[in-house]
Amino acid sequence: MSTSFADAIDEGNTVLSFPELVASLTTKKFDEKAVIIKKIQESEHPQSLIILSKLLDGKIYYKKDDKTVVIADITKKTASIINASTGEPLGQTTKKKLKKVGINNKLRRALNSSIAQLSLNNEDPKIRKSAVVEMFKNMDDEMSSILQKQLGVEKNKHVIKTLETAISINQLKSSVHDDKLQAIESLSNSLYPEVRVALNQLEKNLSTSPQTSQTLTLIETTQNSLKKIESRVGIYKQIENIFFGISLGSVLLLIAVGLAITFGVMGVINMAHGEMLMLGAYTTYIIQLLLPNHIEYSILISIPTAFIFTGLVGIGIERGVIRFLYGRPLETLLATFGISLILQQAVRTLISPQNRAVSTPEWMSGSLDINPALSLTYNRLYIIIFALLVLAGLMLLLNKSKFGLQVRAVTQNRSMAKAMGIKTDWVDAFTFGLGSGIAGIAGVALSQLTNVGPNLGQAYIIDSFMVVVFGGVGNLWGTLFGAMTLGIANKFLEPSMGAVLAKIIVLVFIILFIQKRPRGMFALKGRSADN
Amino acid sequence: MKKLSLWSVLCVAMIAWSSSAFSDTIKVGVLHSLSGTMAISETTLKDTVLMMVEEQNKAGGLLGKQLEAVVVDPASDWPLFAEKMRELVEVHKVDVIFGCWTSVSRKSVLPVVEELNGLLFYPVQYEGEESSKNVFYTGASPNQQAIPAVDYLMDGGVERWVLAGTDYVYPRTTNKILESYLKLKGVDEKDIMINYTPFSHSDWQTIVSDIKQFGSAGKKTAVVSTINGDANVPFYKELGNQGLSAEDIPVVAFSVGEEELSGIDTAPLVGHLAAWNYFQSAESEENDSFIEAWQAFIGNEDRVTNDPMEATYIGFKMWAEAVSKAGTTEVDKVRPAMYGLEVPNLTGGTAVMNTNHHLSKPVLIGEIQDDGQFEIVWSTDGEVKGDAWTDYLPESAVIVSDWADPAINCGNFNTETKKCSGQNY
Amino acid sequence: MEKSLIQRLLLSDTGSKILTIVIIFIAIVVPVLNLLVPVDSPLHISTYTVTLLGKYLCYALLALSVDLVWGYLGILSLGHGAFFALGGYAMGMYLMRQIGDRGVYGNPLLPDFMVFLNWGSLPWYWFGFDHFPLALLMMFAAPGILAFVFGWLAFRSRVTGVYLSIMTQAMTYALMLAFFQNDFGFGGNNGLTDFKEILGFNLQDNTTRCALFVASAVALLSGYAFCKYIAQSRLGSLVMAIRDSESRVRFMGYRDEHIKLFIFVISAMLAGIAGALYVPQVGIINPSEFAPIRSIELVIWVAIGGRGTLYGAVLGAFVVNYAKTFFTAWAPEAWLFILGGIFVFVTVFMPKGLVGIYNQARSRNTRKKSMKESQANIRNS
Repeated sequence: MSTSFADAIDEGNTVLSFPELVASLTTKKFDEKAVIIKKIQESEHPQSLIILSKLLDGKIYYKKDDKTVVIADITKKTASIINASTGEPLGQTTKKKLKKVGINNKLRRALNSSIAQLSLNNEDPKIRKSAVVEMFKNMDDEMSSILQKQLGVEKNKHVIKTLETAISINQLKSSVHDDKLQAIESLSNSLYPEVRVALNQLEKNLSTSPQTSQTLTLIETTQNSLKKIESRVGIYKQIENIFFGISLGSVLLLIAVGLAITFGVMGVINMAHGEMLMLGAYTTYIIQLLLPNHIEYSILISIPTAFIFTGLVGIGIERGVIRFLYGRPLETLLATFGISLILQQAVRTLISPQNRAVSTPEWMSGSLDINPALSLTYNRLYIIIFALLVLAGLMLLLNKSKFGLQVRAVTQNRSMAKAMGIKTDWVDAFTFGLGSGIAGIAGVALSQLTNVGPNLGQAYIIDSFMVVVFGGVGNLWGTLFGAMTLGIANKFLEPSMGAVLAKIIVLVFIILFIQKRPRGMFALKGRSADN
Repeated sequence: MKKLSLWSVLCVAMIAWSSSAFSDTIKVGVLHSLSGTMAISETTLKDTVLMMVEEQNKAGGLLGKQLEAVVVDPASDWPLFAEKMRELVEVHKVDVIFGCWTSVSRKSVLPVVEELNGLLFYPVQYEGEESSKNVFYTGASPNQQAIPAVDYLMDGGVERWVLAGTDYVYPRTTNKILESYLKLKGVDEKDIMINYTPFSHSDWQTIVSDIKQFGSAGKKTAVVSTINGDANVPFYKELGNQGLSAEDIPVVAFSVGEEELSGIDTAPLVGHLAAWNYFQSAESEENDSFIEAWQAFIGNEDRVTNDPMEATYIGFKMWAEAVSKAGTTEVDKVRPAMYGLEVPNLTGGTAVMNTNHHLSKPVLIGEIQDDGQFEIVWSTDGEVKGDAWTDYLPESAVIVSDWADPAINCGNFNTETKKCSGQNY
Repeated sequence: MEKSLIQRLLLSDTGSKILTIVIIFIAIVVPVLNLLVPVDSPLHISTYTVTLLGKYLCYALLALSVDLVWGYLGILSLGHGAFFALGGYAMGMYLMRQIGDRGVYGNPLLPDFMVFLNWGSLPWYWFGFDHFPLALLMMFAAPGILAFVFGWLAFRSRVTGVYLSIMTQAMTYALMLAFFQNDFGFGGNNGLTDFKEILGFNLQDNTTRCALFVASAVALLSGYAFCKYIAQSRLGSLVMAIRDSESRVRFMGYRDEHIKLFIFVISAMLAGIAGALYVPQVGIINPSEFAPIRSIELVIWVAIGGRGTLYGAVLGAFVVNYAKTFFTAWAPEAWLFILGGIFVFVTVFMPKGLVGIYNQARSRNTRKKSMKESQANIRNS
């Protein structure tokens, strides 16, 4: 089949029917596939959009026996298949009997542009808009006239604006001076990178062409437009940078706030704090393993589960080890370091020394596009909100609940609290459990950002100590302040100095800062602060 | 006093414990970290060697003797690598060592293995610029990975390049080589962006945003990534979230294989590339039976195979063959027997050991699929000979390595001064 | 007089006596058994054992320096690895320069890593390291100056306790990040390696190894005597007074920050020497020596041995490192469980370390004795 198809292309005059086209997708050659994709798009067959988008998703297979091209939905080993060219269901089969129709990046690009052209009439205005944006890259007169027609029927004002931008980009190539000028001016409000590329290209072309007064005006307008765009982009870049800083800060806040309780409130130098983060992240992994069909909710289930699980581990550690060490804070460091080694190796032995894959739910991936120059990633946005919620919840718990009162009483004056009938043992265990549990939820958040592996904790332990010490021990506001300051400072230093130097400078800054305020930014005042 | 000296003698004896000088097994040392940061990658290679030893024993051993694996844990601690190497050779009297992953661990054991005239098989892709008498490098050197990958992308119309790497020797060297190669091919300095990050860098927001901006200049852009291990997951996640897809800006990685992918949610990665000498998806009979044996050995039918495993496999097969050919495990006899030895590789061709202690291997480029495997989209026509010294850096272009040619017989022969410099006179 | 000083420093108590005798014993026996006894004799000590014990001796000296600031001065430094590494780098730089044109590229001036990074000339901070006296000076000065600057800032503004510990950790972490950078000029992650000779002697030679081994033993013993000397002096009493109640010492008119600074710098220099002796024996120095985890490990050696006793620190260094060597070969998959378990067990149940157990047992006897005596005294009066 494929050879005859190749011959057909060579001769350049054979018209293949739609099923024949689809069947020829089984070819191994990528450039042949590219031609077929184009033809499928042009066929205007009702199945073509489905086939192309399924091909892009990697869902197109063919049966090894009779080479029927199918759309397959594969779960583990079985697959339910649909005939690609007719859309008729073909029932169940096994994965082994199917072979995937592979694509490469070139094909993906071709598919994207084909799908875009087929999606211009999609019901969803967002898809229509992104279809137009997809066309920015290769605008020509033919495309422009198609879009002109589209402009006549389009109702949504965002899509209209995008269509106008696309047409203007093409208009830049126009030979009519006024058209050109108008296009340049109208494009000065657009932030799309393609617009900048087109304007830059225009400026370059103009400066090499003969310098008439007309070209000079054009050059000047282009430069003004570019300047206007650049300055706006610059502002958005700063906003983006602040967002990056806040998001790094909120990660630091999450990882440090548990430590702020165990270290700040209880005075335990918990070197196993990092491993609590790790356990939280592994909880997410295990939840996803147990509920493979509910990835969307796995994070939501993981949060309470991780809290309870790591909390219990924390209580276990407190009861088993730390309660023997109160009043010897530096020695808690040594014991918890031993615990951290044990926990790391336990994960290596019980689960695997390799990193584990944790999937990101749909609603946490991608980004919120505010405009073409500024988009905020969803996972970071959720983590910022989540970190603040955790902090608020914790403050409420410590300041408004009976448990919080007892915790504060015990930390301020243990013997007096005991005399008042507070079960200090019980309070200690639960406070440590609380700190560990919060580290556990932070781990759930980290599983969405980074590796889930035995070394996860090690990577964050020092940062979390820095945040707590910088902010001031025993004060959650301090932790918030410390985390945000360090996050933003890091992100503002990074572009000019590189990631490593930025980090070193922040560390040196902390060391120097502690000389000025030996107890951190928000130091506890009063008697309890002296010891 | 007497008690004390008795104790210390006992201690010393304990250290030397298990050194059985008289044994009729052939000992195979395994020097891979089982704990610490590198355990993530190296434990797999330890298991690979154990599997190879088991298979060899089932097939009757070597020279009529059984093989015995001696496993130690250098714990990702570089000085400990040197110590454990000495322990393996001096105390356990192993006949060969399979081990090391990072360059620094190799550099750390190098003086020891040379001094004791041991035999080390190093199975990981690395920066080159080395050829020791006592080491066989079965991983890729830069000309077997980086340069073909860049050629492939260039054919695909890429004009603007981001060279992103972790700040250590391998990325530094590879990027230097690539930079000079790209300039040779007429790429403008403005179209190359080089970026280094620390180990296990986790916050990629700024860098990915920079790449996005760099890539929006209208020219087709690609990222050549020598980002190491742990830093990859957050990097790819950030790429996906900021909307940089493989069609727009493909990333070709030299340190991301099947094993690394098994720890990543691959959905947002589909279409990104990797260049290796082996992919699990390669179609050959040897590969099928290797995968089957591996999954049976490890007791997990989802376990993947990867390039350093193939390198270990080739190294082991070659060593076994060289030993049978030489009729002894003596290093000085096995070493010459290695040269020119051919064993089938797992991708359907043959691997040849060259006299510069590097292999000839094919170069494959694969695109990441959503099942964590690679679709092989390109491969070299035949095998590419590994270069110990790159031709694209002025200092090393003049150096060659040949351990068989009596006129050269060293790892770094300067063709201008006609002399060998460095550790091997 | 001379003799009595040695007696006072090295033979004053059981612990010191045992330590002195053991170290002198192995400093003599190990080289003899390695160099003079034929290889196939059962009494022969392998080169592996020599380098291993040599490494332990350096670690012991390092542990000593930690014990001086922690056990006597009461400062828990989580950054002593940095001083150790700086001493090591100073030695490493000297050894690098000794390679001369025998590097792989044959460049007479530049170390290999600079050649392939295209460095045109030697950076200024590498000058002079080809002269041993200057390198030797730097082995003291580099850690000393760092300790001085850090200590001067920290002690003056009275940063104490946990804060100080975390700051020392930040210091070593920042240095680790810096040294990992290739642009920093110290070989990045690969560090300095491939050394050839020291003071003209081949490093691959067993005689050189034994000489370094003996040097380490001598350094350890001198370091021990020096620490003991400080501890027994008037300064030593002040140091311990600061540990027990810093504000009282201050109110009595002493400049506590000067004393702290002095001890801190001395301790850093001891750590630097340990590092300098360590590098030629293990053959590599790399930024992972700066890793905060390493510094925590040091503290654990001291804790396990028993802090505030000096010989306890030495014992701890030997015990933990021997356990590490033994278990990494004997139970590669499980050794972290064992090591972690030991750390937890020792801190919870043996707060005074191994030495403490011995002392407890002994003091129980003496307490019984003294109780009897005091009862007798009461009766007499």
